[in-house]
Amino acid sequence: MDESQLRLDGNAAAGILREVFAMDVSGAQEACASCGTIGWMGAQHLYMYPLAPGAVVRCSTCGDVLMVLVRGGGRYRLALPGLRWLEMREPVQAPPET
Amino acid sequence: MDFISRGFRGRPREQAPAGRLPPGQYMVRDFPVLSAGPTPHTPLSRWTFSITGEIDEPRQWTWEQFRALPTETITKDIHCVTKWSKFDTVWEGVSVDTLLDGVDTTAEYVLAFSDGGYTTNIPLQDLTEGKAWVAFAFGGEPLEPEHGGPARLLVPHLYFWKSAKWVRGLRLMSENSPGFWETYGYHDYGDPWREQRYSGD
Repeated sequence: MDESQLRLDGNAAAGILREVFAMDVSGAQEACASCGTIGWMGAQHLYMYPLAPGAVVRCSTCGDVLMVLVRGGGRYRLALPGLRWLEMREPVQAPPET
Repeated sequence: MDFISRGFRGRPREQAPAGRLPPGQYMVRDFPVLSAGPTPHTPLSRWTFSITGEIDEPRQWTWEQFRALPTETITKDIHCVTKWSKFDTVWEGVSVDTLLDGVDTTAEYVLAFSDGGYTTNIPLQDLTEGKAWVAFAFGGEPLEPEHGGPARLLVPHLYFWKSAKWVRGLRLMSENSPGFWETYGYHDYGDPWREQRYSGD
């Protein structure tokens, strides 16, 4: 089996991340705590159900685990074991009408 | 893209024989591949299997030494926490009893560790007395990398995430220490017949 059949890009986690976060996380920037690379969450590597028992986001540079989200038993458990930081954009406000 | 719900399946399900399917499971004929990371490809020349931790003299086998150990053919049903079960899977492997033969330890817990950094914790007594193997063949063929080859742990009486793919050793511990999925919300023990899927089930 080709590796790409098991791996998704981080954008595919947008649905489950929207269930937990008020802001768009797949469009957020992040820094990997392991290798320091700064990137977009949506561009990292994702292993997710049905190919994994949870959503596992790994750094596309070094492969370390950035974020794990497991939904089950009526709960969400979110772990951020490998994120130095996560930065979300403030939603753009519509300009006031003149 | 939206998260795919566990309710969606493309094909109707086959009826499983009564009493053979743990609660909440359905039967499959294929062998789904699940992974939390990229598939490692460790060459056999660099592969070793180790017993470490609470043991006076840590043990280690090269691939050749490991393959010279007595082997067993194992036919078991397996149960994945994502709800599929596969019946009568046939494996060849080395019993954990063989690997621990003569080991004197006070440990009650084990952390299995794998290439790629995956870990899973299991009580020692769930790995002994013919309950667990280090399997290197499936269906009469060498175990494919996507299914955990060259060798994976096989603990068929627990949910299949406990059967660590690409296993490289067992750390004997006096205290329990959660592995990868156990840390991130899955059950510490994982008995499919008691439907111990998530932490607290």
